[in-house]
Amino acid sequence: MAAPTTAADLVVAPSKPEDNYLTHDKGILSWIFTLDHKRIGLMYLVSVLVSFALGGFFALVVRTELLTPGKTLITHDQFNQAFTLHGAVMVFLVIIPGIPAALGNIILPLQLGAKDVAFPRLNLMSYHLWVLGALFLLASMVISAADTGWTFYVPYSTSTTTAVIPAVFGAFILGFSSIFTGLNFIVTIHKLRPPGMTWFRMPLFLWALYATAVIQVLATPVIGITLLMLIVERLVGLGIFDPSLGGDPVLFQHFFWFYSHPAVYIMIVPAFGVISELICAFSRKPIFGYKFIALSSLAIAFLGFLVWGHHMFTSGQSVLAGAIFSAITFLIAIPTAIKIFNWLATMYKGRIHLDTPMLYALAFLWVFTIGGVTGVFLATMSVNVHLHDTYFVVAHFHYVMMGGSITAFMGGLHYWWPKFTGRMYPERAGRVGAILVFLGLNFTFFPQFILGTRGMPRRYYNYLPEFTGLHQFSTIGAYILGAGFLLTAIYLLKSVRSGPKAPANPWGATTLEWTCQSPPPYYNFHEAPVVNRGPYDNYDKLRFDKKSRGYVPAE
Amino acid sequence: MSSSLIANIAAQPPQPQSPASPDYWMPFPASTVAGEVDWLYDFIFWLSTAVSFAIFAVMILFAVRYRARGREENELADKTSEHNTALEITWSVIPLFLVIAIFVWGFKGYVNLRTVPKEALEVHVQAQKWSWLFTYPNGYTDTELHVPKDRDVRVVIQAVDVLHSLFIPAFRVKMDAVPGRYTDLWFNATEAGTYPIFCAEYCGTAHSDMLSRVIVHEPGGFEAFLEQAQDLEKQMPPAELGEQLYRRQGCAACHSVDGSVQVGPTWKGIFGATHAMTDGTSVVVDENYLREAILEPQARIRQGFPPSMPTYKGKLEDYQLTALIEYIKTLK
Ligand code: HEM
Ligand SMILES: [Cu+2]
Repeated sequence: MAAPTTAADLVVAPSKPEDNYLTHDKGILSWIFTLDHKRIGLMYLVSVLVSFALGGFFALVVRTELLTPGKTLITHDQFNQAFTLHGAVMVFLVIIPGIPAALGNIILPLQLGAKDVAFPRLNLMSYHLWVLGALFLLASMVISAADTGWTFYVPYSTSTTTAVIPAVFGAFILGFSSIFTGLNFIVTIHKLRPPGMTWFRMPLFLWALYATAVIQVLATPVIGITLLMLIVERLVGLGIFDPSLGGDPVLFQHFFWFYSHPAVYIMIVPAFGVISELICAFSRKPIFGYKFIALSSLAIAFLGFLVWGHHMFTSGQSVLAGAIFSAITFLIAIPTAIKIFNWLATMYKGRIHLDTPMLYALAFLWVFTIGGVTGVFLATMSVNVHLHDTYFVVAHFHYVMMGGSITAFMGGLHYWWPKFTGRMYPERAGRVGAILVFLGLNFTFFPQFILGTRGMPRRYYNYLPEFTGLHQFSTIGAYILGAGFLLTAIYLLKSVRSGPKAPANPWGATTLEWTCQSPPPYYNFHEAPVVNRGPYDNYDKLRFDKKSRGYVPAE
Repeated sequence: MSSSLIANIAAQPPQPQSPASPDYWMPFPASTVAGEVDWLYDFIFWLSTAVSFAIFAVMILFAVRYRARGREENELADKTSEHNTALEITWSVIPLFLVIAIFVWGFKGYVNLRTVPKEALEVHVQAQKWSWLFTYPNGYTDTELHVPKDRDVRVVIQAVDVLHSLFIPAFRVKMDAVPGRYTDLWFNATEAGTYPIFCAEYCGTAHSDMLSRVIVHEPGGFEAFLEQAQDLEKQMPPAELGEQLYRRQGCAACHSVDGSVQVGPTWKGIFGATHAMTDGTSVVVDENYLREAILEPQARIRQGFPPSMPTYKGKLEDYQLTALIEYIKTLK
């Protein structure tokens, strides 16, 4: 498939190298009202990382409370608020926007060789809505933080005295932000591909963002309406979900998971995209099974709409409905497994560089495998009855969301950090951080599989003394994890000021974002590059240049 | 038997504890379905372990074997094909057959869990924040679940306020309690003993304290227990029984006896007092008012409190009502 390249599409573009998107305009307003996708992406990135620190803080509070079976630190109610805030912040403010809106915003137009996304103003509006939604979530925190869990199940959420409405309204607004980003990405990928870039010459990260965007646009309105109905029910007592008003609480669960199962693919499909980029770039080989990976993202996105009932096997749902949900869930598991095989096959006979991004990619393969196989336990109906709403589920979704989405996010962050900031992060510290995160992840969440299997229910403030040892093990793991992220935060921040200047292409990757300088100029490319090859061809046309510590076209 | 029985009824239910299990992962198996569920769990467990370790091994092998020497060396990857139809079909079809098998076994097990055998002994349970109340066929009520060994038992589940979920790990059963509808689960206990009961669906402040125990009696022991338990209550001084009912029936979740205000008014010192009602009238708290307040709590609502108390009509026998009223009278 590899047509010979003209050197033109690998040439570094700038005319005035000192001018880049970071220095092009000055002043705070030039950021707040910028239409530049890179600046918007960077603002998303900072916001997501700050939210991650906040969500991480609540996680450590929760884990610390669980060091002893009784009270350790806080009260019943404070504990319930802490785990609710942890979940809501991590899901709505970190993982959902993390890869698409933060990393994707910067990288998507660059990988297309485009100047910007299709609708820059809509892009800015997405970010402003995100900030507004986040403020509502925080407002709930200040007034009297919601204690419903991130799932907002009725009738508890319509009867508790905490500030549920601001939190739910925040999630409602964040939904719009997510829809707008999705819409923007779909149009951008359809319309702004450069000459010669056919669908099957797109980098897999773009395929992943495309599939994600489709889910965002189709699924998010459902949660929007559901949350609105919840607010109306709470405000004026309309009986939709509350049985004492003639409603049906199980209906809420159907609506909620009709969005939230597809939402888990909003969280993981972009991660798949990042991992495909990393495995290729650091094995220096084209991907194995390009078309399968590209199209299976779309298939997963579609099938993901048909499995929501696997969260409700013990809700009294009919056996037939349960069987259909279970069967489709198993079907989705297979393309997911095959992707892992594809990534391994890509590494086969590669030349593998174990830099920090690749360590995160390998950590992803490990941790996501465990997350995936434990999904199979949960999809098995009779076994699910025992495991549902226990720590087993908690461990499963942390392995896939923390271990999958966040690990991929960290990998992508390090991979593109030179492009975003124009600086290299310190490699040795990066590796130590990645290893700490990997160890912390497994120490924290593996014991929770055992806890759940033994019958420890989730969302418990007190627990039976027989569970103490495993809980303490888990808490220590969480501290290791915290240390890993703290270290990462410190060296990344330092590198912004004092890191060595980054070359245009430090990793020798072949996708288009590496052909413009680091950081990219304001308009990215002087003219749209012409693409006549697959995204991962031409590793042999690049040569490492010792002086700039980056790759340049081989003569 | 009978002295331990009194202790059993009188004491605040002790913290439940699981018996030691022969398995590191699964809790002690004590029902007819446990074996089947555990078998399937173990099958998936070993299959997953094998697949995961194979993936880890290949990954580590490749990362070591094909590790590049350094960027300066400018090594190029060996050319390998970007497709291999035989390989790709193998790794798609084998997992497909495996998951079909797992699905079918899981489905069969689930059908079994959801198909209640005929002639099962029926126990009703009412879930409310944050207690369980089991009602037996003879009308006796208890916060703990007593069942006979080797007999099918159906638990009919009902929730008063929000969602709860009845979870008995030793039996591998769980079912949500949903306000406004009945759900049920069944089991057949195979080992006498006591096992923990948890609330598995988050229900607010004291969700993690909504614990109870299931007590599996040897054959014959269950019937004897039910008869005695009812009689024992009748032989107790009413105020003493009232104090136990206060805790066992879940009154304690909303009413204090020390003067502190919780969801509902405290019971301390209310007998004989005069209270203002939301309809503007005022009431002297006497036996008849208390009776009405327990059986028809919505009839008159005391000012400053939400109308959130459930009715206890049909849940308390007359002598139990009297006992509760006598108990309230002692709280000066
Ligand atoms: C092989 C793939 C997977 C399978 C078969 C699978 C299956 C399941 C099942 C059956 C449940 C319901 C468990 C219960 O509540 O009883 C579940 C829960 C969950 N899964 Fe997965 N899953 C898979 C992958 C993922 C991925 C990739 C993500 C997200 C990145 C994810 C996120 C979640 C979350 C968030 C929950 C529980 C949410 C909650 O109850 O709060 N899963 N999974
Ligand atoms: Cu799901």
